[in-house]
Amino acid sequence: MLEIRNLRANVADKEILKGLDLTVRPGEVHAIMGPNGSGKSTLAGVISGREIYEVTSGEVLFEGKDLLEMEPEERACEGIFLAFQYPVEIPGVSNTYFLKAALNSIRKHQGLEELDAMDFLALVKSKMQLLNMDNDLLNRSVNEGFSGGEKKRNEIFQMAVLDPKLALLDETDSGLDIDALKLVANGVNALRSPDRAVVLVTHYQRLLDYIVPDFVHVLSAGRIVKSGGKELAQELEAKGYSWLEEPVNA
Amino acid sequence: MTTSTNSVEEFAKKEYQHGFITDIETEDFPKGLDEKIVRMISAKKEEPEWLLEWRLKAYRHWLTMKVPDWAMLKISPIDYQDQYYYAAPKMKDQPKSLAEVDPELLKTYEKLGVPLHEQELLAGVAVDAVFDSVSVATTYRGHLAKLGIIFSSFSEAVREHPDLVKKYLGSVVPYTDNFYATLNSAVFSDGSFCYIPKGVRCPMELSTYFRINAANTGQFERTLIVADEGAHVSYLEGCTAPMRDEHQLHAAVVELVAMKDATVKYSTVQNWYPGDKEGRGGIYNFVTKRGKCAGANSKISWTQVETGSAITWKYPSCILLGDNSVGEFYSVALTNHHQQADTGTKMIHIGRNTRSTIVSKGISAGVGQNTYRGQVRIMKSAEGARNFSQCDSMLLGDKCGAHTFPYVEVSNPTATLEHEASTSKIGEDQLFYCRQRGISHEDAVGMIVNGFCKEVFRELPMEFAVEAQKLLGVSLEGSVG
Ligand SMILES: Nc1ncnc2c1ncn2[C@@H]1O[C@H](COP(=O)(O)OP(=O)(O)OP(=O)(O)O)[C@@H](O)[C@H]1O
Ligand SMILES: [Mg+2]
Repeated sequence: MLEIRNLRANVADKEILKGLDLTVRPGEVHAIMGPNGSGKSTLAGVISGREIYEVTSGEVLFEGKDLLEMEPEERACEGIFLAFQYPVEIPGVSNTYFLKAALNSIRKHQGLEELDAMDFLALVKSKMQLLNMDNDLLNRSVNEGFSGGEKKRNEIFQMAVLDPKLALLDETDSGLDIDALKLVANGVNALRSPDRAVVLVTHYQRLLDYIVPDFVHVLSAGRIVKSGGKELAQELEAKGYSWLEEPVNA
Repeated sequence: MTTSTNSVEEFAKKEYQHGFITDIETEDFPKGLDEKIVRMISAKKEEPEWLLEWRLKAYRHWLTMKVPDWAMLKISPIDYQDQYYYAAPKMKDQPKSLAEVDPELLKTYEKLGVPLHEQELLAGVAVDAVFDSVSVATTYRGHLAKLGIIFSSFSEAVREHPDLVKKYLGSVVPYTDNFYATLNSAVFSDGSFCYIPKGVRCPMELSTYFRINAANTGQFERTLIVADEGAHVSYLEGCTAPMRDEHQLHAAVVELVAMKDATVKYSTVQNWYPGDKEGRGGIYNFVTKRGKCAGANSKISWTQVETGSAITWKYPSCILLGDNSVGEFYSVALTNHHQQADTGTKMIHIGRNTRSTIVSKGISAGVGQNTYRGQVRIMKSAEGARNFSQCDSMLLGDKCGAHTFPYVEVSNPTATLEHEASTSKIGEDQLFYCRQRGISHEDAVGMIVNGFCKEVFRELPMEFAVEAQKLLGVSLEGSVG
């Protein structure tokens, strides 16, 4: 589904990703862990097409198509969703309006009929229940004045409505209370299916108790330095990252 | 389109039989401006002596005035002797059907969802012949007349209600006011007149769309709206967009009067032709709009969405004379390509406990220049006056400009003034966030800009708000790289 080969990318002329390989097959959940500043958000940004990241070499294929050739909105329409580490506020634009525009743009791209207000509302209602979202948040401007946790929950709510094939979650667990964490995990687990995949970036083992990954990777200094099963996360929790860095640099 | 064109032609022929068109076409109104032209205009309209005198006083005063140069605008000089001051000669230049209208313009209308007969109206296609509107106009008129509401063209009001016109004309914007208003006073062609009697709440939004001569009144319209004690009216000035190659001066005057306990709400969506992408052509929109809250507890509210014109020079203002009177100004001004706007408001607090609110949103794209210029004046008598001003600018790209000039003058120490201002660039992070959700770059820009303008759009009547949002989208086209 997602095929990344020897990816190198710069931010502000500084090389952040230094030859990264990653393969994600349908149905899989991959967790990416790693020290601050190692390039996890950069990777998510490159996959979703943020322009501040400049790809200098390598390739990124999604269902066989060259992602690097596509505009961010095309990638989104192809089924890639990024839950932002720092969700953005858009003053004056209501959450519902925003989400409806997004959903219909994606549906149009996929050759589906646009949803009218009634059908949209029905869909939204069911997803709100899943995430126990407050009605009030829906009518407010996108993320404006939301608490940190509300913003994160809103990301997953949007994901649930947009129903992507590949979901990238960038530290969605940070800043969530225990109950919210469970709700978010429910949301993600509800999306899991044999033809969908999830890549989640996290610093904590805790989330992985609820969303059990098939693979865990450690990203350090722009490369994946270790991959393993879910037990790797526990090992990292106990030992930190330093034990990994030496063999790589040696 | 064919049927519509045919009927338009038929109707035009019918008018011809009535001698209306012949009259105008044989009439030889030369270019240029002198006393003779002013007299001719007045005579053509069969105006009473006092109005001719008023025009002449204005004209003579205008000769002594200089073009104002204090605005942040680059204006190529206008040759006032190289203009026509009577609408008739323009009739020959008018397209006879939509087929003759620039397709770019029609595309814009289509995007805005303007109905066909309104498209003709807007494009200036033999407007008098749009019979639909005639009947629409008369239906509404009858309904309004039952309530004692007068809503007619200015010329008609001069004929049928001369006392009212005489009483209020120039009472808010005197003929000596400023260069363009004075010129307008001398040569104004037509416009709207509206009077709401005591205690009447006008049951519908009054709009220039419904008034038959509206689109043809030319460059010098004059609007006068009077709300008598306890009356209430909401007036919409429609979006019109004639397209011409050369710069063209549009110098209108709007006067509003609100008596005790009366409310006047005036909304404008202005979409005059802005010129092409290189800055050729486009309207010079130099408009004087002012309202007087004459009585206690009266309220005047201006809402404007300015997306058109090559140059906009416009400061809808409120004179808050009555105690507890309220003035409001909500504005969105967008400049794209080579457009320039210098716009804002004046709030003159004279009465006690007068309140004013100013919310201005300026958007600049391309190499557009956008200036907010606002004045809040608290006179000595304005005990307990309050003002709140908020001026936000948004920049799209790095070749455009935003400027803010708030002037404050306080002569009474009990006044409370609050001022907030911000300038922001449209955020890369906001754009990416939208696009990551599948929204196209262009739609994302439109969405973010519309969100930025929300506080102003909220003040517009429903259909107008929808139109304004679409208009912003259209006006922003080509502004994202
Ligand atoms: N816009 C930018 N300008 C300059 N440097 C940047 C920019 N964005 C990211 N970087 C740098 O790139 C490196 C990788 O950042 P990235 O956000 O990918 O890290 P991360 O692994 O997600 O870290 P964290 O765990 O703290 O979220 C960091 O050193 C960061 O400072
Ligand atoms: Mg990060």
